[in-house]
Amino acid sequence: MGSFAKKVDTFLTAFIDNGGYVSVLEGLKNTMIIAVFGLIIGILIGTVIATVRVLPKYKTLPRVLDAICSFYVGLFRGTPIVVQLLVFYYVLLPLMGVHMSSLYVSVIVFGLNSGAYISEIMRSGIQSVDHGQMEAGRAVGLSFGTTMLNIVIPQAVKNILPTLGNEFIALIKETSVVSFVGASDLYKAFNMIGTNSYEFMVPYLVMALIYIAIVMLITLGIKLMERGLRKSDRRS
Amino acid sequence: MIDVVNLQKSFGKVEVLKGIDITINKGDIVCVIGPSGSGKSTFLRCLNCMEDPTGGQIIFNGVNIADMHVDINLHRRKMGMVFQQFNLFNNKTVLQNIMLAPVHIGKTELRKAKWHNLFHKDKVEITTTKAQIVADAKENAMQLLRRIGLEDKANVYPSTLSGGQKQRVAIIRAMAMNPDVILFDEPTSALDPEMVGEVLDLMKSLAKEGLTMVIVTHEMGFAREVANRVIFIDEGKILEEAPPEEFFGNPKNPRLKDFLSKVL
Ligand SMILES: Nc1ncnc2c1ncn2[C@@H]1O[C@H](COP(=O)(O)OP(=O)(O)O)[C@@H](O)[C@H]1O
Ligand SMILES: [Mg+2]
Repeated sequence: MGSFAKKVDTFLTAFIDNGGYVSVLEGLKNTMIIAVFGLIIGILIGTVIATVRVLPKYKTLPRVLDAICSFYVGLFRGTPIVVQLLVFYYVLLPLMGVHMSSLYVSVIVFGLNSGAYISEIMRSGIQSVDHGQMEAGRAVGLSFGTTMLNIVIPQAVKNILPTLGNEFIALIKETSVVSFVGASDLYKAFNMIGTNSYEFMVPYLVMALIYIAIVMLITLGIKLMERGLRKSDRRS
Repeated sequence: MIDVVNLQKSFGKVEVLKGIDITINKGDIVCVIGPSGSGKSTFLRCLNCMEDPTGGQIIFNGVNIADMHVDINLHRRKMGMVFQQFNLFNNKTVLQNIMLAPVHIGKTELRKAKWHNLFHKDKVEITTTKAQIVADAKENAMQLLRRIGLEDKANVYPSTLSGGQKQRVAIIRAMAMNPDVILFDEPTSALDPEMVGEVLDLMKSLAKEGLTMVIVTHEMGFAREVANRVIFIDEGKILEEAPPEEFFGNPKNPRLKDFLSKVL
């Protein structure tokens, strides 16, 4: 146990005296940026794709769009996110001659990736809304899109809120791979502390605790949000 | 107002409507009666193209709306629909339910007019504003709510209403568009018996005001009292069409006789 106390000591020195906390805060910020903006982009893309997928398929255009969307979803769900990051950063961007910071690339790739997953979540959410809601909207002369946006999607989002919360948690966990393209996230910060102090046990333990704390906070947030939404149902 | 010419509808290989012809004039109250599964709902839902007809024409105010090239949304504004399951918007309050379409459509028209004026020499006159559209829609909605005695429910969500209240709100939601005709698909079938009366009373008062209505119903007493024409649909065809006295008093078609003897 004495050696553990020494390890804690080494960590504290690296963390506080040698400014390790700065990079940890920076890493925490980046992790949250990637997860939050990834989720937002994912929800937007996912909603669009889900809408296309439930579109009536009489005409050619919806069918073509549907084929494109299902290719997109298959592509992003069918490959590991690390591979997507690497291909985007080291293959696509250089080919297009574009320079972009690894943080931006991470946000974009995580957004595109979660868009594919969220589209499936959103689709089941949309399908869980009674079809009569769409019919009622169409019957008063609103278009498919308007009814979708004002009536169906808000109800769908409410139904899938817990699942969306899980997706957010999954995103936060997965961000730990962005160091593959050089972005500095939580993992990278603690890895650096470990490397500099030749001691990994305590840094990785603290890192795990921080991840757990974040996940628990978000879970709590989702619970509160759900409770609030349920109240709005009953308001009289 | 509505001319239905040789209307046909199949779901895949199943032929549900086998050529329906009927003319609905302004002020008509047509009740549609028939056994379950005979195609009554399908007929009604074809009238506003909720189901796309697979053959024939639906001429509404001079336009064949069965033609896939017409903008059906424009015509549906003038053709309200009331459903068996009410279908109030669950995520909107009662007031929002009634105001949504008038406000949305008003604002869309306004935006279109503004765009037009931006790019064309022949300006259209713009006499309203967004705020005015909302205010008008709200006033109209509140007036309709007062009419059915539910103004105190304006800001509650549909889940807190009784079935009869839901259906009456659904009816005035359709009225808020100031439609030429309202289609009712078994409006009282999902209601507890004690709530049927309040909905039928509202429909009767609309009938007195001269609103054109097409009503699929099992309420024979109501049909007899309110309709000026009753039609009997069986196996996708209109087998009898007559004023209520004759329809119920002296039915000719053997299947109608059989049907009436079972339900009356
Ligand atoms: N969307 C649909 N797909 C396939 N068959 C349908 C659909 N809607 C109705 N039908 C069939 O059409 C027939 C008539 O249905 P419907 O018009 O609802 O009858 P009714 O309202 O007179 O009880 C039924 O046999 C029903 O199974
Ligand atoms: Mg029916």
